[in-house]
Amino acid sequence: MTISRDEVLEKVRGVLVDALGVDDDEVTPTSRLTTDLHAESIDFLDIVFRLEKAFGFKIAQGELFPDNINDPKYVQDGKVTADGLALLKQRMPHVDFLAFAADPRLEKVSEVFTVGSLVDFVSRKLQTAPAA
Amino acid sequence: MRWLWIDAVIEHEPHVRLVAVKNVSLAEEHLQQHFDDGPDGPAQPLMPASLMLEGMAQTAGILVGSVRQFSEKVILAKVTQATFDSDVVPGQSIKYDACIDRMDDAGASTKGIISRFDHRGGGWQEIGRTEIIFSHVDKNRSGLDLPEHNFVFGENFRAILGGLMPKSP
Repeated sequence: MTISRDEVLEKVRGVLVDALGVDDDEVTPTSRLTTDLHAESIDFLDIVFRLEKAFGFKIAQGELFPDNINDPKYVQDGKVTADGLALLKQRMPHVDFLAFAADPRLEKVSEVFTVGSLVDFVSRKLQTAPAA
Repeated sequence: MRWLWIDAVIEHEPHVRLVAVKNVSLAEEHLQQHFDDGPDGPAQPLMPASLMLEGMAQTAGILVGSVRQFSEKVILAKVTQATFDSDVVPGQSIKYDACIDRMDDAGASTKGIISRFDHRGGGWQEIGRTEIIFSHVDKNRSGLDLPEHNFVFGENFRAILGGLMPKSP
């Protein structure tokens, strides 16, 4: 079954409205989960669980949102290193890291996630992963 | 000492469901300070909904902890939903029926149904529903300065957990 990007967006919007208690019209493709929709770290787990249920696939830990990054190869002095950035880009092709690369403070990494990046993630996943 | 808001675990379907009960007694100190506004007569002490939510969180938390033999530190992370339709008064019993909706290394989401039993007749009646997310704190928050021992499922839990909990080494 093929599902259009607009249909994915509508389902993602429903997930975020339920998980974050925001209004429909606040959820646009460019909305950032943290700074615009006020998601906190634990909301990411809630969003993962709800996306799995909404779309019928499994999301491995670290697949949608990054795992804790503690390896000094990837983080030094609170900043993501070039190696760390390369790893993030490789693992998360659904995310645009361009702005983050200019100011790669680890505390800012959650700000890269937009509604559009979730839609990209789901669309890629639906094309490649079998339903759970 | 952790404040326990369940009296006993009465059913356990491993990895799936756990049911606990609490009897509400007029002798409980908190009821002396939590009343309705007496629309039908003298003000009536009420079991606070916030403490019923805590009772459900303890029930669901035990269920989540039991999946991995209480080796994880299971922390309440988020109450996604909590709705209550009716009050509970002294002399009634509360049943917390929790089930796991989804679980992975990072945590678990649970669903719960809260019911009350009126010993003067009427049987069990559903009065509330919850959705609660728990985090396996070591897996989600590595880097925090947490104690090595499992402070969530301490000794005082053993009395009500009975055979659910592994014996002390």
